[in-house]
Amino acid sequence: MKAFEEIVAEHGATVLRVCRAVLGHADAEDAAAETFLAALKAYPGLPETANVQAWLVTIAHRKAIDATRAAKRRAVTVPEPPERHSGIGRPEQADPDLWSALGELSLTQRAAVAYHYLAGLPYKEIAEITGSSTAAVRRAAADGVRKLRTIYPRECE
Amino acid sequence: MMTADKDIAGMLAGDETEALARLHARLAEQAASEGVLDIAYRTHDTPVGRLLLAATEAGVLRVAYEREEHERVLANLADTVSPRILRAPGRLDRLATELDEYFTGKRTGFDVPLDLRLSKGFRREVLSHLADIGYGETASYAGIAAAAGSPRAVRAAGSACATNPIPVVLPCHRVVRSDGSLSGYVGGVEAKRKLLELEAA
Repeated sequence: MKAFEEIVAEHGATVLRVCRAVLGHADAEDAAAETFLAALKAYPGLPETANVQAWLVTIAHRKAIDATRAAKRRAVTVPEPPERHSGIGRPEQADPDLWSALGELSLTQRAAVAYHYLAGLPYKEIAEITGSSTAAVRRAAADGVRKLRTIYPRECE
Repeated sequence: MMTADKDIAGMLAGDETEALARLHARLAEQAASEGVLDIAYRTHDTPVGRLLLAATEAGVLRVAYEREEHERVLANLADTVSPRILRAPGRLDRLATELDEYFTGKRTGFDVPLDLRLSKGFRREVLSHLADIGYGETASYAGIAAAAGSPRAVRAAGSACATNPIPVVLPCHRVVRSDGSLSGYVGGVEAKRKLLELEAA
């Protein structure tokens, strides 16, 4: 079994991106840290044959759902929304428009796009993670990409 | 048309170095405070090369020379002790400071707690007697075998030294052949010579 340090080194960036795509920048670092902490606890029992990336995305998905629910509970109506400050450096340096376009998608679409395109998981595996069907996940990913294309036409032509 | 996976993935990949460093630091801190960081490690540069330092909650578990290959040592610890291993300097700060003091001649012994679980039976018995050999002194393999209670187990005493999981801190470098020649050392004979010269100065 690999030292957990290697798991963080190999999958840290992917988990962080997946959390950003699903949650947005403000809560992503919390969720990523919680994902790895939960993974560290369970790691000694992980079968040698397990797909580590899929396992991490499964945990990240649960953390993201928890964070989304917590955010809904916290939500209050304010006349003007406070400016959200990224705790994650400046990922917008990558492509700010695409990151913000992702935020326009539904949670289901964001998850499908993130897990398929960022984590490279097949739709069947994503369906198991999100408790959905392969067909529904494929449709959500396709709808998500189509929507991204309309919001963000420049690179998607 | 948004064609390949790498289009989206590539466009979303910025410079994440800082964010990942923060994530790692936070993970190490939380893991330690929740008691799930079974092994913390760091490396430390010394006159005998870069040493790998690893510790459990109980104490220093392993000191490894570069020639032992740090990656292999960590893989071994993952298999034999626990794979919950993170680079987390904090737990090893005190040892690093003591090593600096030792290598600059300001310290003659180490005061950090040790975790001897990697050594069993007679080997462990031998290791526990190494600290009796004072700074700047040497002992023979026969002498250390006798001290460990088995005067005839000279070879076994030799292999106990050769497999010492905490070299430098547990001074197996002070054990030499009866004729005074250095014989082997886990860090190489050159390192052994350096340590003995340092202590003789």
